[in-house]
Amino acid sequence: MSSLTAVFKREAGPVIARLVRVLGSLQAAEDAFSDACVKALERWPVSGVPAQPGAWLATVAKNRAFDVSGSAGSVLSEPLDAASGLAAADEVDLDRLDSGVDDDQLRLIFTCCHPALSAQTQVALTLRTLGGLSTSEIARAFHEPEATTAQRLVRARSKIRIAGIPYEVPTREALPSRLDSVLTTIYLVFNEGYSAAEGEQLLRDDLCREAIRLASWLRATMPDQPEVSGLLALLLLQHSRSEARVDATGDLILLEDQDRSRWNREEIAQGTRLLEEALRLKEPGPYQVQAAIAALHTEAQRAEHTDWRQIALLYDGLVGWVDTPTVALNRAVAIGMAFGAREGLEALGRLDVAQFELTHFFDAARADFLRRAGERSDAAKAYRAALSRVRNAAERRYLERRLGEVEAVAPG
Amino acid sequence: MRYLILINDPESAWAKMAKSDTDAMMGQYFKYTEEMRAAKVLLAGEALQPVHTATTVRVRNGKTVNTDGPFAETKEQLGGFYLIDVPNLDEALKWAAKCPSATLGSIEVRPVRSLG
Repeated sequence: MSSLTAVFKREAGPVIARLVRVLGSLQAAEDAFSDACVKALERWPVSGVPAQPGAWLATVAKNRAFDVSGSAGSVLSEPLDAASGLAAADEVDLDRLDSGVDDDQLRLIFTCCHPALSAQTQVALTLRTLGGLSTSEIARAFHEPEATTAQRLVRARSKIRIAGIPYEVPTREALPSRLDSVLTTIYLVFNEGYSAAEGEQLLRDDLCREAIRLASWLRATMPDQPEVSGLLALLLLQHSRSEARVDATGDLILLEDQDRSRWNREEIAQGTRLLEEALRLKEPGPYQVQAAIAALHTEAQRAEHTDWRQIALLYDGLVGWVDTPTVALNRAVAIGMAFGAREGLEALGRLDVAQFELTHFFDAARADFLRRAGERSDAAKAYRAALSRVRNAAERRYLERRLGEVEAVAPG
Repeated sequence: MRYLILINDPESAWAKMAKSDTDAMMGQYFKYTEEMRAAKVLLAGEALQPVHTATTVRVRNGKTVNTDGPFAETKEQLGGFYLIDVPNLDEALKWAAKCPSATLGSIEVRPVRSLG
């Protein structure tokens, strides 16, 4: 990435947020910002990057937008006031533009994450407007054709305008559910990066870092919201393992096999401190609980030191907030790890198997508990079922190795 | 901004209700409508006769074809509407969530196009 592109990316969120306020439309703001970036690519290599690149871009964008909307004839001609606008950018407007930038961005993120937009649209729009990612970068992250992403963004901006989705920080009564939608979007951005199935490592880690950047900013803006701190803690604790979770060939390494000395101590310390601060506010929520589970994993020096009893307890609490098959399955696994294979099998038996037909996770967990309970032929059957569904190479090798072990004793 | 609140709920659920329950539901609708009127957001609103009374009209190659029934068979049927005027979508969604049928069926909120 060229250094100018990096500047544009960094400034996109604050500048677009200001422009939305001034111009009143997301589409106009994004168009004006793109225009200003084109102008900057012409000027900056000659004049140098201005001391306040954001103010420069905002002023030029605003001038161009008013120029374009002011008279149709001037669209094709050179902007008359480009030069004067640039010269003045460092002094004029700066105070007025800079005041309330956080408020502008806050309004914008609540708009991008409005529940009237689909989850994937919320993610795409947030990455585009606040993260400054290009449409093609977002398309690659979603594994979809660029035209699909482009259309998604066009429709979203059109819905915001036509359906009258407001540019507002929600009222106090609406805040909890609306904030939840923002946190979910940031977490989805992170997971899009973290659940890398294949390749594109660089872009993938960019997504994780972008999610952490957004969560950090949100926490600085809303420091009294424990779930915001909880989310940031969760992201940092998960990200602390990112170096240790892939091998030299890019294959995933399972948590219990990871070299724990390669976990990022700084991120762990920061995440743990944030979590403790959040818990002191005594308003527990799903992100704080998930962060607490992640923290317990990072605290264990070796996999076998993991405090599974505490983790199982936390999952008991989590299912009250997050009633998804994945959480229910993780809870059953934690019970088995804490209290023994038989207990684990019993907990798995209480789940609705049909919910897990598309992935190998249920069969793999059941197979492991059956193996540990000494039920070798049933374990072999379960490993085979898991192998028929597994997609990740590292997990496939793990399952094959375990299948080999139980078959060596009980072929079948 | 003007929004149309389209009430889609299963007629079968209404048909299965005891008289006392439908009365209670209608009472809620009466209150809801009054609330909209008091808040000065209500422009219009009507309840519709059941879907078996519907006739669908299509003109093809200059010929009018009338069909007995709604334009599409669905689990939930359009049973009524409100036309409201509120500042933004959040306000419209709030009113939609208060609609008595929101617990029974689905309420679709559509912004109205301003022509001309």
